[in-house]
Amino acid sequence: MLRVRRFEERCVELYSAARIRGFMHLYIGEEAVAVGVNEALTDADAVVSTYREHGHALARGVPAEAIMAEMFGKVTGCSRGRGGSMHLFDAGRRFYGGNAIVGGGIPLAAGLALADRMTGRNRVTCCFFGDGAFAEGEFHETANLAALWELPLLLVCENNLYAMGTALARHQAQTDLALRAAGYGMVSWAVDGMDVFAVEDAARRAAEGIRAGTGPHFLEMHTYRFRAHSMYDPDRYRDKAEIEHWKERDPVEGLARRLRDAKELSDKARTALEDRLSAEIDGAVEAAEQAPDEPVEDLLKYVTSPVGVSRP
Amino acid sequence: MTATHTRTTDPAASSDRKTTYREAMREALREALRTDERVFLMGEDVGRYGGCFGVSLGLLEEFGPERIRDAPLSESAFVGAGIGAALAGMRPIVEIMTVNFSLLALDQILNNAATLLHMSGGQLPVPIVIRMTTGAGRQLAAQHSHSLEGWYAHIPGLRVLAPATLTDARYMLAPALADPDPVLIFEHGSLYNVSGDLPADTGPVDIDHAAVRRPGTDVSLITYGGSLPKALAAADDLANDGISAEVVDLRTLRPLDDTTIGDSVARTHRAVVIDEGWRTGSLAAEISARVTEQHFYDLDAPVGRVCSAEVPMPYARRLEEAALPQVDGIVAAARRAVGGPVPTGADAAERQAVTGRAG
Repeated sequence: MLRVRRFEERCVELYSAARIRGFMHLYIGEEAVAVGVNEALTDADAVVSTYREHGHALARGVPAEAIMAEMFGKVTGCSRGRGGSMHLFDAGRRFYGGNAIVGGGIPLAAGLALADRMTGRNRVTCCFFGDGAFAEGEFHETANLAALWELPLLLVCENNLYAMGTALARHQAQTDLALRAAGYGMVSWAVDGMDVFAVEDAARRAAEGIRAGTGPHFLEMHTYRFRAHSMYDPDRYRDKAEIEHWKERDPVEGLARRLRDAKELSDKARTALEDRLSAEIDGAVEAAEQAPDEPVEDLLKYVTSPVGVSRP
Repeated sequence: MTATHTRTTDPAASSDRKTTYREAMREALREALRTDERVFLMGEDVGRYGGCFGVSLGLLEEFGPERIRDAPLSESAFVGAGIGAALAGMRPIVEIMTVNFSLLALDQILNNAATLLHMSGGQLPVPIVIRMTTGAGRQLAAQHSHSLEGWYAHIPGLRVLAPATLTDARYMLAPALADPDPVLIFEHGSLYNVSGDLPADTGPVDIDHAAVRRPGTDVSLITYGGSLPKALAAADDLANDGISAEVVDLRTLRPLDDTTIGDSVARTHRAVVIDEGWRTGSLAAEISARVTEQHFYDLDAPVGRVCSAEVPMPYARRLEEAALPQVDGIVAAARRAVGGPVPTGADAAERQAVTGRAG
């Protein structure tokens, strides 16, 4: 969680210095969800994510260096500079992005789960999306299809109370999202998304249920983003007091406090951890800066597969 | 973009035999399902109903509900699920009832299927085949009759096929399935009942190149799909008047085969493009522009176009017929290209289609 937090704090600096461009959506405040859920998944499982996916990618094990290089648009980036912040991919880690159409990744995740189901592979596909996606038809079409076909799909809704700048009560007729998902016949729970242990516990139980063949599960994570929707967002729609209130429940500091109280993380160990992460991120930035650009001659590469390649 | 495949020899195909376009498509599906266990067919009514157009009739009984998968009326979800399944190693064939309904899945087709390979820096090819009907001529009115394949041909990352003959209906699916990238197959609704002899031993169909369906020397009629029979009929009419029309069947709408088109124009020096899409921003516009860009000095006449009138497709037969490219209009356009006399009635019909002015 601390890696995700520090990585993104560095991203803010780099964005302000115009080293990172485009749209950038920060996950700061929501780290417990990505980390807790990924703890419950195995390497064989799949993850489908949104445009706010730095945290999901890091928690999935995508190296900070590959992500940073991607944001710099370099050839060493995890999408070879074609994707940027919103489109991180790592096929080897079964990390399927990086979808910047709200809700667009949800049917895709159902398909990954369908393939596992049809081939008898006991794997889970986890799909992250926000409360905004709950208004999209793609969520509802997929929820119906996944429940109907009993797909091994874990739907994780990160309810951070805002669809871009529109508060939940202003965009959802019924704001109890777990209740609505349950209407599709899925096991659905609401979870404290600021508590990494609660998240991990819920995700583990859901994953076990899915592996046992009980079909899709839905987790509504109550969480909050401490920063604006994107770097362009002036954040005029939220009360400062509300943000401060949620910051009191900061998942990263909350965990640190608990570990300190349990004498599992001394101040010295915390400092050492901070130093290690700082060095890792410094290294990622330096590597990204020095990495070569993708040559413009390669612009048209990867539009279609290379000539001579047929399906494996 | 090259696709290769090997076709298993079917003893029943050792000599010419009578079949229909619908049966040829079904045979192609059956072969794909038998040859590769990763292949499955998914879509609305493909199973118990036997396919909205009867293409998949009997396949459920043969292959079971896991592989002949009836989907809810959720185009976006089941097309997206097909894309996800393709990413995970399956070989889905997704059927969408008509191109009009495919718009409900356009996000998945454009933003995912066509985009993932590039956006992931080459990591995520999407080996999916999406089939759908297109076109008018059966009095189904505006929401079941449009020809939007030109829109899909606009999109980099897709291969777009339009089988117009029994042979292509039978043998295009295998190379489509062998292509590592997304392939869209547009089946014109008026072709399903077309019957004829399926030639034996055609071998794999080449999905990289257009085909000259009828050689000629005076004018190139460039078309595809449901308009091919009309272009061939027009070529017969023109032959009666001593005009030798060459008919080029594009077969693959993306990538376009500039070479075959160009070679034909270089032979005939005149071109008419027949496209059931609306004229404005159409595939016909693209072909016309390419011919002009690449073969301007070969041309003895402006490139002609015969397209659908600029109107949502009407129900009434007379109106629908007037809106669509017809043989008379093609003949008139070809005659205009060669500088011959144009019959008055045909001229009016063709002009209407060309200008898009109704009445």
